[in-house]
Amino acid sequence: MTGAVLLDVRDLHVEFRTRDGVAKAVNGVTLGVDAGETLAVLGESGSGKSVTAQAVMGILDTPPGRITGGRILFQGRDLLSLKEDERRKVRGAGMAMVFQDALSSLNPVLSVGDQLGEMFVVHRGMSRKDARARAVELMDRVRIPAARERVSQYPHQFSGGMRQRIMIAMALALEPALIIADEPTTALDVTVQAQVMDLLAELRREYDMGLVLITHDLGVVADVADRIAVMYAGRIVESAPVHDLYKAPAHPYTRGLLDSIPRLDQKGRELNAIRGLPPNLMDIPPGCAFHPRCPMAGDTCRTDVPPLHEVDEDRGSACHFWRECLHG
Amino acid sequence: MAEPILEVGGLVRHYPLTRGVLFRKQVGVVRAVDGVDFTLGRGETLGIVGESGCGKSTVARMLVHLERPTAGAIRFKGEDVVRLSGRALKAVRRNIQMVFQDPYTSLNPRMTVGDIIGEPYEIHPEAAPKGDRRRRVRELLDVVGLNPEHINRYPHQFSGGQRQRIGIARGLALRPEVIVADEPVSALDVSVQAQVINLMERLQGEFGLSYVFIAHDLSIVRHISDRVGVMYLGRIVETGRDSEIYDRPRHPYTQALLSAVPVPDPEAREHRQRIILSGDVPSPANVPSGCRFRTRCWKARERCATEEPLPAAVPAGARSTTGTAAHLAACHFPDDHMDGVT
Repeated sequence: MTGAVLLDVRDLHVEFRTRDGVAKAVNGVTLGVDAGETLAVLGESGSGKSVTAQAVMGILDTPPGRITGGRILFQGRDLLSLKEDERRKVRGAGMAMVFQDALSSLNPVLSVGDQLGEMFVVHRGMSRKDARARAVELMDRVRIPAARERVSQYPHQFSGGMRQRIMIAMALALEPALIIADEPTTALDVTVQAQVMDLLAELRREYDMGLVLITHDLGVVADVADRIAVMYAGRIVESAPVHDLYKAPAHPYTRGLLDSIPRLDQKGRELNAIRGLPPNLMDIPPGCAFHPRCPMAGDTCRTDVPPLHEVDEDRGSACHFWRECLHG
Repeated sequence: MAEPILEVGGLVRHYPLTRGVLFRKQVGVVRAVDGVDFTLGRGETLGIVGESGCGKSTVARMLVHLERPTAGAIRFKGEDVVRLSGRALKAVRRNIQMVFQDPYTSLNPRMTVGDIIGEPYEIHPEAAPKGDRRRRVRELLDVVGLNPEHINRYPHQFSGGQRQRIGIARGLALRPEVIVADEPVSALDVSVQAQVINLMERLQGEFGLSYVFIAHDLSIVRHISDRVGVMYLGRIVETGRDSEIYDRPRHPYTQALLSAVPVPDPEAREHRQRIILSGDVPSPANVPSGCRFRTRCWKARERCATEEPLPAAVPAGARSTTGTAAHLAACHFPDDHMDGVT
C-alpha cells in the first residue's frame, strides 16, 4: 500500500523570537511520510504541529520564525538548501497545503475560477482560457455541482463545505505527491466534515498521494490515518500505526487524551481529565515537558529529556516509563 | 421527571430581510427559530445539538433575554418571562444566567477578573451588600478552581480553560437556578475540555443548577445531558432521553448526524454504517415546504413535501415515559431501521 519515502524530516527545530523572549515551537521533530500513506499529526494548540507543517511547506513567517536546526528531505532533495525560486517550484507541484479556514485563505475579490486557474497560468504557463477550462475540470473533480456556472462566482457565494472543496481543488491542481492538510475540517459541521474527509481520502487513493493530516480530533484520526505522530510542546512524544496506538498507547499524554474523551460507561462519572495546562513555549519544563501533568512522572522525568524509545519496529515513545504505560 | 423549572412553547424568532435605504421594504424573513418547544426539569441537563445555523444559539439568547422572541412563551416556574418588564423581569433574569462560548471575547480585557465576576452585583445590588462583594468573588474563584489571590489579574493573564472558569464564576455570581451554556467547551483544547465539563457537573450538584447545554460535540452532550433535543433549521426534530436519542434515533437527521461523528476507534472504521448527507443545510430565509429536512433526506417521499410532520411520540420509546419526557420525533416515517442507506 505504501511506497517510497516521500518526506523525511529530521531533528527539526523552529523558534520564534518575540519581544518577550524566544518561543521554542518545534524542538527536534523527526517524521517520515511514504507515498500513498496518511500520517496524522495530532496535537493541541501550541504543540507545534502547524509550525512543523509551515516549515515543511516553506511558508513560515521569517522573522519572527527561524529554523534553527534539522533537515527536510522531500523526494530526496534537501529543501532547506534550495533557493527561494526553486523552493517555489516544489510548492504547488511537489507538495501542496489545504488550510483550515477556507474563507480567509481564498482571495475575496477574485472569482474561484481565477484563483484555481492561476495555478496553471503561473506554474504551467497556460493561457487564461485554457486555465479556466482546467478550473472547471478541477471543480468537477471535487464534486462541486454546476461547476461550469459556478466557476465565475466569488468565495463568499459558496458554503463552508464548498469553499473547503475549492481549497482541496487548488491543492490538487498540479497533482502534487504530498498534500498537507492543516485542520481541514475543524471549521465545518459534522455532516459536512464527513463529506470533505471522504473526498480527501478518496482523492488521496486515486492520485496515490501522501497525506499529512494535522488535527486535534482523535475521531478524525481514527477514521482515516495509517500512522499517527502525537506532538506535545514541540516534540513528537509518540509515533505509531493507528491501530496500535488506540489499542495501547505507549505515552501517558496519548493515554490521557484517549481517556479524556467521554465514553458511554462513564456517564454520570467524572471524566479522566489531564490535570494542569499545556506548557508555555517560552518556558518549557526541564526534562520531559509533560512531567508536571503526568501521573507516572518520576525523578528522572524532571531532569532527563526522554529520547524516542523504540517500542516496536515502527513504533516509538518518548517516555522513560513507556513499558509501564504500554502495559496499563 | 423532576418538576419543570423552564418551559418553552412555540418559541419563534424571525428576522426581517429588508431592501432599500429610505423606504425599507421587507423582502423576506429569516426563520432563525421557527417553533421550538421543550421543558427543563429542576436539576436536569437538557442538551441541544445541531449544526451551525440551526438556531440553537438564538434559542439560548432568548432564554436569557438577550433577544426578544417574535412569538411564543418562556415560562420560568410557571411565569411567562416574555411578557414581563421592569422589576419583575430583572428578578427573573437574575435566575437565568449564561456562559458564553468564546472565553476570549466574552471577557472585557480592560477589567480585572474581580470586576468581571463582581459586575453582576452592580446590576443586581440586592444580591450582595457592597462590603461583601470582594469576599464573594474570592469565594467564587475558589469554587471554580482558580486561585483567589488572582482577583486583580486581567483576562489575558489566563489560559483558555481558566478564562472559561472565570466565565462560569460570573454566571454563578447571582446564584441562578438555571444556567444556559452555549458551546462552553468548544473553544478549548481536548485535554482541558474534560476539566471544564467535570467542573460544570460538580457545580450542578453543589448548587442544584439546571442546565441548558448547547453544543455540537455529540459525545460531550451525551456525557452531560439527561435529555437531548436535536435541532435542524429552526426546529427541534427529535427529543428524548439521552439513551433514546443515541441508541435508537428515529429521525433521519439524527441518524445521519450520529453516523457522521468520527469515532475515536480505528477498529470501527471498516464496518461502520455511515450516512453521508448530500448538500448543505438550506437557508433559513428559504425554508423548504413540508418537512424542512426533506431536501437532504434519503427517505423523503411526496408526502414530505406537502405535509409538515409534527413531533409525535415514538412507539417503542413510549414504554413508561409520559407527557413531556417522551421520545418525540418530527418525521412521517420514523421507523427504526436505517433502510435505504447507501
